[in-house]
Amino acid sequence: MKRIEAVNDFVIKFANVNGSGSASANELFAKSFLRMGIPVSPRNIFPSNIQGLPTWYEVRVTEAGWLGRRGGVDLMVAMNPQTWDKDVREVDPGGYLFYDNTKALPPSKFRDDIHVIGMPLTEICNATYTDARERQLFKNIIYVGALAALLGIEPGVIAELIGEQYKGKEKLLKPNLNAFQMGYHYAEEKLKDAVGLKARRAYAVGDRIFIDGNSAAGLGMVYGGATVCAWYPITPSSSLAEAFQRYCARLRVDKESGRNRFAIVQAEDELASIGMVVGAGWNGARAFTATSGPGISLMAEFIGLAYFAEIPVTIVDVQRGGPSTGMPTRTQQSDLLACAYASHGDTKHVLLFPEDPYECFEHAAAALDLADRLQTPVFVMTDLDIGMNQRLAKPLRWDDARRYDRGKVMSAEELEAGREFGRYLDVDGDGIAYRSYPGTHPTKGGFFTRGTTKDRYARYSEEGPVYVDNVQRLLRKFESAKKLVPQPVLTASKEPARFGVIYYGSTSPSMHEALEALAARDIWVNALRLRAFPFPDEVFDFVQSHSKVFVVEQNRDAQLKTLLVNDAGINPASLISVLHFDGTPITARFITEEIAKIVSVLNVRPIKKDKAA
Amino acid sequence: MTYITKPTLHHPTLKPNRRGYLRRDYEGKVSTLCAGCGHDSISAALIQAFWELDIEPHRVAKLSGIGCSSKTPDYFLGNSHGFNTVHGRMPSVLTGANLANRDLIYIGVSGDGDSASIGLGQFAHVMRRGVNMAYVLENNGVYGLTKGQFSATADPGSKSKRGVENTDTAVDTVGLALLMGATYVARGFSGDKEQLVPILKAAIAHPGAAFVDVISPCVAFNNHSGSTKSYDYVREHNEAVSRLDFWPSREAITVSYEEGSVIEVPQHDGSILKLRKLDGAYDPTDRIVALNANARAAAAGEVLTGLLYVDPSADDLHAHLSTVEQPFNRLGEQELCPGSAMLERINASLR
Repeated sequence: MKRIEAVNDFVIKFANVNGSGSASANELFAKSFLRMGIPVSPRNIFPSNIQGLPTWYEVRVTEAGWLGRRGGVDLMVAMNPQTWDKDVREVDPGGYLFYDNTKALPPSKFRDDIHVIGMPLTEICNATYTDARERQLFKNIIYVGALAALLGIEPGVIAELIGEQYKGKEKLLKPNLNAFQMGYHYAEEKLKDAVGLKARRAYAVGDRIFIDGNSAAGLGMVYGGATVCAWYPITPSSSLAEAFQRYCARLRVDKESGRNRFAIVQAEDELASIGMVVGAGWNGARAFTATSGPGISLMAEFIGLAYFAEIPVTIVDVQRGGPSTGMPTRTQQSDLLACAYASHGDTKHVLLFPEDPYECFEHAAAALDLADRLQTPVFVMTDLDIGMNQRLAKPLRWDDARRYDRGKVMSAEELEAGREFGRYLDVDGDGIAYRSYPGTHPTKGGFFTRGTTKDRYARYSEEGPVYVDNVQRLLRKFESAKKLVPQPVLTASKEPARFGVIYYGSTSPSMHEALEALAARDIWVNALRLRAFPFPDEVFDFVQSHSKVFVVEQNRDAQLKTLLVNDAGINPASLISVLHFDGTPITARFITEEIAKIVSVLNVRPIKKDKAA
Repeated sequence: MTYITKPTLHHPTLKPNRRGYLRRDYEGKVSTLCAGCGHDSISAALIQAFWELDIEPHRVAKLSGIGCSSKTPDYFLGNSHGFNTVHGRMPSVLTGANLANRDLIYIGVSGDGDSASIGLGQFAHVMRRGVNMAYVLENNGVYGLTKGQFSATADPGSKSKRGVENTDTAVDTVGLALLMGATYVARGFSGDKEQLVPILKAAIAHPGAAFVDVISPCVAFNNHSGSTKSYDYVREHNEAVSRLDFWPSREAITVSYEEGSVIEVPQHDGSILKLRKLDGAYDPTDRIVALNANARAAAAGEVLTGLLYVDPSADDLHAHLSTVEQPFNRLGEQELCPGSAMLERINASLR
C-alpha cells in the first residue's frame, strides 16, 4: 500500500466534539510547529453550537509558508464517533487514520487504502484518572503527546508551551505535562514509525506572529484611537469587540485615576450599536462597531443617514455565509454589495479588504482616519477565515510619528477669526466640507444635522437644485476617496502574461500559492490584489492591458465583479469569474484547477461562433 | 411658515441671565408646526428653562428622532448643534454622543410614535443604561405628519378624528421608564407651562436618565371629543401629585412654604428640588409608590402629572463605565495610542 511520506508539508485534521476541551490541545499542537520554525496554518471548522456537535481543526504544516487551505487530509485524528464515516472517507489514499481503539470497530468501518493507527486513549485515561472531566480533558493532551512522537515534534517544545500556558497555575501544569509524557512514551514505544509525515526543525517562521484577525483588528482600533465601541454579539465578529475590550483594559486605563479612556457598550441590537457609533462620530469621538452580514442589514438605515449627514463611522464586517442566518460559522465574501450600496437612496461606501491579521490591524486604524477624513461610513471587510483563525502574519508595526487624521474640523479659533463656515460647503474641490463639533463656539459653527436635504449652510431645503448640488458633491468626495484608500498590490508574473487575475481579502494566501502552481504549468498570470473600494483608476488600466482577467471571489454572485463593472466602468466581457462559496475557505487547488481549465479552453482557437451550434 | 424670517431686534428692557444671554438667545427658527400645537408650547418651556438655568446655549446638544415633535429642536436653542436622526433611534445616537463628550448637556426630543412604537426598544434601553440626558416625549397619541393614525400611546376606547375607536392597549411610557430604571420621571402638560418649566429644569439638571412625558395635544388630528389627549380632556382629568420648584444651589430660597407640605430632594450637584405636595401620602423618592400611583391614575382615567419619581443618588453611564473626566473627543494620540514599544511587546507575546 502507498504511504504518504512528507517532511514539513502535510495536513492534519482533528475531528472532535464541540465543548470537549479539544480546542486548546489542538492549538498547542499547532503552535509546537511554529516553535520548531515550521510555518503552520490552522483553521477551525466549527458548528453553531456550544456543546455536542462536531467540530474540526485542520492544521496545514507548510515549510514553504503557504497559509491558505490546501485541501485534502494526510492524517485524520478521528475523535468523534458521530462523524467517523465522513472523516475516514476524507483521508487521502496512502494517508493515516489515528483513532481511539479502546472499543473495537468492525473492519467495514475502515478503508484498506489508508494506514490505521489505534491507541487505547479511553482505556489509558480510565486507568489513570477518576474524575470524568479530567478523563475527557487529558485525553486530548495524551493524543497530542502521541502525535508528537509519531511526527517527530520535539517534546521539549511542547513542554515549554505547556509551561507558558499554565504559568502560575502549578496545579494544572504538572498533570498536563504528565498526560503529554504518557501519550508521548506510549507512541514512542508502541507506534514506532507508524506515520510517514515528519516535522523537522526549520527556520521559516522568522519574526512573524501568530494572531487571529479579530484580535488584530481590535488592537488596530486601540492604536487608531477609537474610544467608543458599540456592538451586538454575532458570530463571527464577537471576538473582535471582546479583543478591543481586552486590549483596552490593558492599554487604555488612566494610571492615575484608574479610569477608562474607552467606552464599550453591548447594545440591545445592531440598530442601537450603529446609532451609538453615529452619535459618537457626530460628536467628534472615534467610534466603531463590529458585526456580520445580518447586522449590516439591520444597520442599513443609519448607514444611509451617516452617508448623507456625513458622519464618520467605522464598521468591521466579519463576513459569514448568508443570506439570513445562512452559514453563521462558515466563511464567505458575500456582503460586498450589501455594504458597498448599503441603505436606501443613492449611496456608496468605502470598503477596505484586509488580506490577513496584519492588514486587519492596519486597516482598522486606517479606517478610523479615512472615516474622519471623508466624513462617511468606512467598512473593513474581513471574514470568518481571517477573523477567527490564528494566522502567521508579519509583526504589527506602528510609527510613533504618525498622527491621527481628524479631517476637516473647524476650531473655535478659526470660527472666532471669522472663517466662513458652511457645513456642506466644498471650499477646496475635494468634495469634503468642514464640520464643527457640538459645543465649539457660543455663536458660530452651530448647525442642525438632518437626513433631509439641506443647502451648503445646513439649512433645510427641498429645492431640486440644492439637492442635486449636494449629492453631486458627495460623488466628488467618493472620487477623492480613490486616492486616499489603500492602493492595489500588483504581483507581476515572471513571464509576459496575457491573463490577469483580480482577488482580495482572505483569498490572498491561496491565490499566491495558485500563482506558483500555475507558473509550474506554464500558465502566466499577472495578479492584482484590490485593497479597497472605490477602485483607483489603475484597476481599469490593469484590466485593459490583459486579454482576460479572472476575478476570484468567495461568493455566488460575483459581487466584486459587479462593482468593477458598475463603478469602474469595466467591460464585463473582459472578466471571468472564479467563484468558491461552499463556506469553506478557498484553496489553491481550486483556483489552480479553475484557471487552468479556462485557460486551456481559451488557448484553443475557437470555431467561429455561428458554426459552433 | 419658513418664509418668515424672525426679526433679530429685541426689546431694550429684556434682562440677560447670569451668563449674559437674553431669552431670545435661546430661541431657534420659526416653527413650521400647526398654530396651537402643544409641541410649540414645550419648545417655549424649554427656552424658558434653559434661560433660567443660565446654561450657555452652545453647551447643549439637541437630538431627536423623526416626526412632528422631532422637528422641534430646530425651533429652540438656534446656536446649539442639533441632530434630527432616524425614526425611533434617537436614544442610541444620544448615547453615543454623550459618550463622546460628557461635558455637554443632552436633550432628547421624541414623540409617541417615535418612542412608543418604532423606538420602544431603544426607549427602554436608554433608561436602563442611565444615560445622562433629559428625554422629553411630546405625547399626543397620534401620528401627525402622516395624517392622523393612532399611535401606541392612544388609550383604548379613545376615538380618532375619523371616528375609529382604538382597541389596543396603550403603551404607558411613564410606567415603562420607571420599570426600566430612569432616575427622574415626570409628566407634564403642554397647556400648563407653570408646572412644566420647573419639571424641565430639574430634568436638565438631573445627573442621570431623566424622562419627561408631556401630554401635548395635536390640534389637527387629536383635539376632538372622544380623544383622551385633547386640551379639554387633559384639563379635566389632570391629577397633579405635586408642584415642583427647582433651586440651583447658589440661590437663596425665598419662597415660604406651609409647614409639612414640602419635600426637599437634594441633588448630587447641590441643587435642590422642592416639592409642594398636593397629595399628602406621595413620596417621590419611592419608585414603587410612583409605579402604583401611575397605574392607579391610569385605571381611573386620570392623567397623573408632576414629578413622579426622582432618585437622589442617581448616577449615569459614564459612572457605570468608569470613564475618564476628560471628554473622549478631546483625547489625542498621546492619551490613546500605546505606541510602538508596547506593540513590540505585544508582538513578542504572540510568537
